[in-house]
Amino acid sequence: MPVFYLAKRVGIFFLIVWLAATLNFFLPRIAGENPVAQKVMQMAALGGNLHAGMKDMVEEYESKFGIDKPLWQQYFMYLRDMTRFDFGYSISNYPRKVSDMILEGLPWTVCLITATTILSFVIGNILGAYQAWPRAPRWIMAVMPPLLSLSAIPFFLLGLMLVYVVGFSLQLAPLYGGYTAGAIPQWSFSFAVDVAYHAILPATAIILGSLGGWALGMRAMMVTTQGEDYVTFAEAKGLADRTLFLDYGIRNAILPQATALALSLGQLVSGGVLVEIVFGYPGIGTLLFQGIRGSDFFLVQGIVFIVIVAIGLATLILDLTYPLLDPRIVHRSA
Amino acid sequence: MGLTFLNYLGRNRSLAVGLALLVGLIAFAVIGSLLVDPQNVRPLSARVLQPPSWALPFGSDRQGRNLFAVVTTGTLLTLRIGLIAGTIGVGVGAAIAFVSAYYGGWIDTVLRSVVDIGLTVPNLMVLIVVSLALRQGMTVNVMALVIASLAWLYPARTIRSQVLTLRERDYVQLARLSGTTGPGIIIKELMPNLLPYLMASLVGSVSAAILASIGLDVLGLGVFEAPTLGMTLYWVNFTGAVINGWWWWWLAPIVVVGILFIALFLISIGLDEIANPRLRRTV
Repeated sequence: MPVFYLAKRVGIFFLIVWLAATLNFFLPRIAGENPVAQKVMQMAALGGNLHAGMKDMVEEYESKFGIDKPLWQQYFMYLRDMTRFDFGYSISNYPRKVSDMILEGLPWTVCLITATTILSFVIGNILGAYQAWPRAPRWIMAVMPPLLSLSAIPFFLLGLMLVYVVGFSLQLAPLYGGYTAGAIPQWSFSFAVDVAYHAILPATAIILGSLGGWALGMRAMMVTTQGEDYVTFAEAKGLADRTLFLDYGIRNAILPQATALALSLGQLVSGGVLVEIVFGYPGIGTLLFQGIRGSDFFLVQGIVFIVIVAIGLATLILDLTYPLLDPRIVHRSA
Repeated sequence: MGLTFLNYLGRNRSLAVGLALLVGLIAFAVIGSLLVDPQNVRPLSARVLQPPSWALPFGSDRQGRNLFAVVTTGTLLTLRIGLIAGTIGVGVGAAIAFVSAYYGGWIDTVLRSVVDIGLTVPNLMVLIVVSLALRQGMTVNVMALVIASLAWLYPARTIRSQVLTLRERDYVQLARLSGTTGPGIIIKELMPNLLPYLMASLVGSVSAAILASIGLDVLGLGVFEAPTLGMTLYWVNFTGAVINGWWWWWLAPIVVVGILFIALFLISIGLDEIANPRLRRTV
């Protein structure tokens, strides 16, 4: 892979990270918000006495946002903190650091999104490929219209319906949370089973909502691929169906789907975040929701920054591995 | 003309079904919102948590909103956000796409890079930070504009690639040779030929904008006084209406939102078929 392409692609990644940090820095200032002062006012208005930490926090906030320092100095300090993933203290859960809270929620979200994305990508593409296949079983054609309708509906609406039908009416799956309340998170078999049991509904919502899209794209690609001369030639040679389907069909049709995957990561994560809220799943989506409800600017900014960086990184990795998938792609230094 | 269109709808089933669903939904929302007093969308306009009855066809929620009034006016409000943001998105996106693809050169390089980078960043995350900063002055129209600020990126990219394929066609070359200027070619030659594609783009854009607005609402960044469909779902989630068995509260908004997205999806598939006749063989 030419160095130029690599450098450009990595450069874009850092540009995105910088843009995300800059956005986080300037937006609250443009809007003239002082989140900590607001919170203190709110607490004072509620008549409660300020807990001791609040004073430290106001001081910390003022020194950090350096009201005494010029804007450009504040900006560079902020950028430095961002490169260390130091997002300051949570306003709503004071002595806790935002980065610790995010670290706690991140594994839940990463596991949920990765597992559902891989599952729906694989199943959806196989379904789509079969639909374009002339010798496919009939039921495959019948599942397409319902799956396509589901794919038009946001994940969290599917989640709400699943909660009602499977969780509330049939009582087949838990309604809420990532594990049974009171259970202690640990590396044991019984806890793993509990986690998987709680993940069924959120995962089903995401998978049902994304299968149709993958199948639709794959079907279109397979139809195009089957029109190619090399497939006709291979058929004429009398190659086995299996070889035709896998090595001539799917092998060539899957490549644009991999690009589509890189492009849809943002959508998937955004959809997943909302699903978490419906299920109170202990990932960063639920954390984000709490942050917004508690006007916890630092928490929200931290999560937004992490999500943008994570998706930028995932896209970068997918882009760099793409030439390995498709030998036809050559990055020339043009 | 009218007859040919009906004939065509007979052949393009997804477009026909999609349009029928959308028209039905709008008719329901308009007629419904004319039948009720708009004041009834407010809390305490009805007894709280009433299941559906003749007086309250969709029941009422825990704050005593008349849910029939909420769903009908909410549908129109949500559609308004989608239309404002979607139209601005496609308008700005198309303008950028035409300039970028037709003129090429450094303008194209700059615009394309901006669009590519913008699309790598998850939309909703940026909208969250912006909406949080603007929380104090949030109204339905401000929300539409916030969503529109990012809604042009995707149309800009897809329309640009369409213009690129059209630019080298013979009739465009002919127009150029006969001395038509750049803006003239864009307006007289390129636009009309891309009209079906632009329409498909608009529908996709409206749908994405509605999705974003509902997402912001559900996250708690919506306009709390506005009875949009998204805010209704926020309250449903906030109060745990699903697991409390208050089925009438969430059933109507979920059905309406579901029909809305399916209708827009079918219409965009149908319009794609017009824009890209090669799809007709396969779908």
